[in-house]
Amino acid sequence: MSFLTIFYACLFYAAAAMLVGGLAYKIMGYARTPAPLKIPTTPAPTTKSGVALRVGREVVFFESLFKSNKWTWLFGWMFHVALLLIALRHLRYFLQPIPVVLVLEQPFGIYAGFAMVAGLLGLWVRRFAVDRVRYISTPSDHLMLALLLGIALSGLSMKFIAHTDIVSVKEFILGLLYFDWQPLPTDPLLLIHLFLIATLMAIFPISKLLHAPGLFFSPTRNQVDNPREQRHLAPWAAQLEGEPTAKSDS
Amino acid sequence: MAVAEFEVPKLKKYPVVPKIQEGAMAHIASFKASADVQEKIGFIGEMPENWKETALAKMGELLGKYRSLRVFMDACVHCGACTDKCHYFLGTGDPKNMPVGRQELMRKVYRRYFTFAGKYFPKLVGAVDLTKETLEEWYSYFYQCSECRRCSVFCPYGIDTAEISMAGREIVDSVGIGQKYTNNTLVKLHSIGNNLGLPGPALFDTMEGLEEDIQIETGVDVKIPIDMKGAEVLLITPSADFFSEPHVDSLIGYAKVFHQAGISWTLSSHASEAGNFGLFIGSYANMRRAAMRIRKAALDLGVKRIVVGECGHAWRVAYSFWNTLIGPFDFLDPNYPVPQHVCEVTYDLIQRGVLKFNKEANDDRVITFHDSCNVARGTRMGNTPGGQFTIPREIIKAVANNFYDMDQDTIGEGTFCCGGGGGVLTDDLVEVRVKGAQPRIEALKNVMDDRGVNFMASICAICKAQFNKVLPFYGIDTSLNGGVHQLVSTAIQLEAKE
Repeated sequence: MSFLTIFYACLFYAAAAMLVGGLAYKIMGYARTPAPLKIPTTPAPTTKSGVALRVGREVVFFESLFKSNKWTWLFGWMFHVALLLIALRHLRYFLQPIPVVLVLEQPFGIYAGFAMVAGLLGLWVRRFAVDRVRYISTPSDHLMLALLLGIALSGLSMKFIAHTDIVSVKEFILGLLYFDWQPLPTDPLLLIHLFLIATLMAIFPISKLLHAPGLFFSPTRNQVDNPREQRHLAPWAAQLEGEPTAKSDS
Repeated sequence: MAVAEFEVPKLKKYPVVPKIQEGAMAHIASFKASADVQEKIGFIGEMPENWKETALAKMGELLGKYRSLRVFMDACVHCGACTDKCHYFLGTGDPKNMPVGRQELMRKVYRRYFTFAGKYFPKLVGAVDLTKETLEEWYSYFYQCSECRRCSVFCPYGIDTAEISMAGREIVDSVGIGQKYTNNTLVKLHSIGNNLGLPGPALFDTMEGLEEDIQIETGVDVKIPIDMKGAEVLLITPSADFFSEPHVDSLIGYAKVFHQAGISWTLSSHASEAGNFGLFIGSYANMRRAAMRIRKAALDLGVKRIVVGECGHAWRVAYSFWNTLIGPFDFLDPNYPVPQHVCEVTYDLIQRGVLKFNKEANDDRVITFHDSCNVARGTRMGNTPGGQFTIPREIIKAVANNFYDMDQDTIGEGTFCCGGGGGVLTDDLVEVRVKGAQPRIEALKNVMDDRGVNFMASICAICKAQFNKVLPFYGIDTSLNGGVHQLVSTAIQLEAKE
């Protein structure tokens, strides 16, 4: 067992632990924090199923972003959909046998790689070209784009320039899953690709990538517009009910 | 035309997003509240020795109490979707008036003390220490926000800068820095029952005078009852309606509607204010304390319904928060929503054919409607989402012949704030108010030029007061500024009642 294999195996276990543990910690924090007042941005749905549709449209179509800015929407949506197709394509490294639907998806996943790069470049250009976006961009915003672009380019290079031994890669990954470690090929492109992905996983819960779980917990999007019909007392607010100003004759 | 000590923005035919001008509004700071006032509404009067610990502890407390704040601090990706959506940015070019710029004032500190990345890599993620200068900057820019929620419509995660401005104000209040205008108003509301500090006897006198005016004008005895026990409806309306122009014309309109529909109604001298500035400073306790007067008045007078007059943030507090803050309203008639907006009442009466109008009486007016921000994005009217847009317009069309909307991007859920909401309606912020009004006035000017509009109806006391102040800066006559029920008042056909 080479040092590299051990290093990458440990790296992925650590990254996965940080991703899962960190996200669970953040999500529990969001879930435990009360939303004491009804603040949906109206017009808002008046039923739970309506709210599910609203959040669904945000997740799938980026509805609010579309209202806001067509260029940001175009690049942002293109990048995210591409990322999804690419992630699906990579499931073949985790599943044995590979389901038919994944086999059919493969070509889409390949060309999505180019869409991902185009989307990321578009978003990055905005950070320089639009003075307002340039003003709000922090070093971490640029690094995040660089990280994602690095992942996309190293991946595309392995597909179109220098192939790696994907059979061995799959054995390595399945080995990680079943705690039966297998040697990792030592292609530089593959090592870069995997290292950047592990980095992305590790920083997910401590970075702006929290926008993903955040959307589901956003009170302006996930609340039903029914405040006249129902009271929504948070536990800390309910304690005020016993105070003198709350007394009434009824 | 009013004389300004600053440059009034130019109105254009099409909206133009300004280039950013760093520090353009950094000199702005509204007058601060006295120690006495701070203490009267539950804050400390002076900045304590341990101000830093106190402020950070307050921030931690709010992060634990409000999911909105907690999620909004983490979720922003700096995508820029909101950057050209705030009227204060559009009117000033100051990047700290971009919604994300305003949010970052707090997020930078949040990162430094509450996140891993900010604790260990502050430069990388843009995290900064909390200093007295930071607090002063918060004070300046969180009071250049009208909490209108326009940014929240366009944010892909629904981040609402209003929630952050409210939290920022609560944090600076917690270390003794409060705004004179908002906090003095709250003291008057808590002690006297309305924002103007108008005592009961003055209220009775004023309403008697109004009744005489209506009698002289129409020949009909329309009553404006106060503290009438056993009335069916308790009307809670902004105190500006009692004597400000054009507000009072809408109050007369409500009175005529109730009169003609034969609904017995009353004002309350104990709860003579719909406005609730507790909202502006994010203070649940103050908001609840103020609203509790209304519950008490409703119980004492034995009314069956509560109706709210034309006021934007008041309708948000009433519609969205009253049931939670001061409910349950199980002592009221379950056949009516609690509370009801006066527009819902009038619209329903129109639908049922109870009211008759002489629409030609409004023919000298070419009317447009300004959606007030809190009504548009924080509430509803009727049973259908968007009723807050259709119902006031349907009322206008029922009482007048000439109606034209402003540009679609500037009404409905995308409406531009008047520039004076959320605690900004004070003379020491007039520069912010005039510049922040630019996007709204620009859209108005375009329908004035294209359609001959000479009347802008709104349903908010703050909007009306703000337009009175800022329209002259843009060379527009204030006679154009009015209320929906002012139009109703002009056209309604009255009959004498028993």
